[in-house]
Amino acid sequence: MTARSIHWFWYASPQTFFPLAGHIARVCWVLAALLAAAGLYIGFFVAPTDAQQGEAYRIIFIHVPAAWMSMFLYVVMAFWAALGLSFNTRLSSMMASALAPTGALFTFIALWTGSLWGRPTWGTYWVWDARLTSELILLFLYLGFMALQAAIDDPRRADRAGALLAIVGVVNVPIIYYSVQWWNTLHQGASVSLRSSPAMAATMLTGMLVMAFAFWAYSIAAVMVRVRCIIREREA
Amino acid sequence: MKEFFAMGGYAWYVWGSYGVTFLLLLAEILLLRKRTREAKA
Repeated sequence: MTARSIHWFWYASPQTFFPLAGHIARVCWVLAALLAAAGLYIGFFVAPTDAQQGEAYRIIFIHVPAAWMSMFLYVVMAFWAALGLSFNTRLSSMMASALAPTGALFTFIALWTGSLWGRPTWGTYWVWDARLTSELILLFLYLGFMALQAAIDDPRRADRAGALLAIVGVVNVPIIYYSVQWWNTLHQGASVSLRSSPAMAATMLTGMLVMAFAFWAYSIAAVMVRVRCIIREREA
Repeated sequence: MKEFFAMGGYAWYVWGSYGVTFLLLLAEILLLRKRTREAKA
């Protein structure tokens, strides 16, 4: 066993992770504020007006990063939940519980901003298309996970029940991601992918990526603060 | 300045998106502060 692996197990204990989570949160709050300021500046003052959508397209700088976070946070939540279920490690389950509210928040933001973007571009706030419906199901999965855990008094039992729901629900994430390819949807296809060059101006893409990093930093900070609360509440 | 806030006629959609996002993130931060205070007590 190397020194590094011992280090990892060292932080698997809630008590030793607690101060580290505090440091991570402080750094990430600052990063989130700086990145958001830079991203908003690029989004509103550097990126040009869209030729087809006018200024309405500027919703992209929060809509796309929020939608990415909503899916990514769910996968991370299911990962920690599965780890907690299989190895019975307390901190893993606490991480899963700490991720859910922030994930739900970004899912709601993605739906809300999408709705306000849909009205001027598609002519409707809502349509039961595959992308929108599967994203709405993601919100219900987050809320279901939180409600299920809140309904069970014993935290260890709540962890296990929530973990099962989180793991089953992860099937929805690829459905959301590929929905625009699998079905005919009103929602457009991916604007950014690893296999092709982005279908937008460089400054637009930069603004979107900087905002995505801002949301990353925000999520890490919020989750670290929440996991510290959970550790205090459970281990006191 | 006025032109900037008008967003080419899309003010409700653009500021409605940014405003609600900002308020929700702010609400989460305030709720986390409250929970931290209560957990310490």
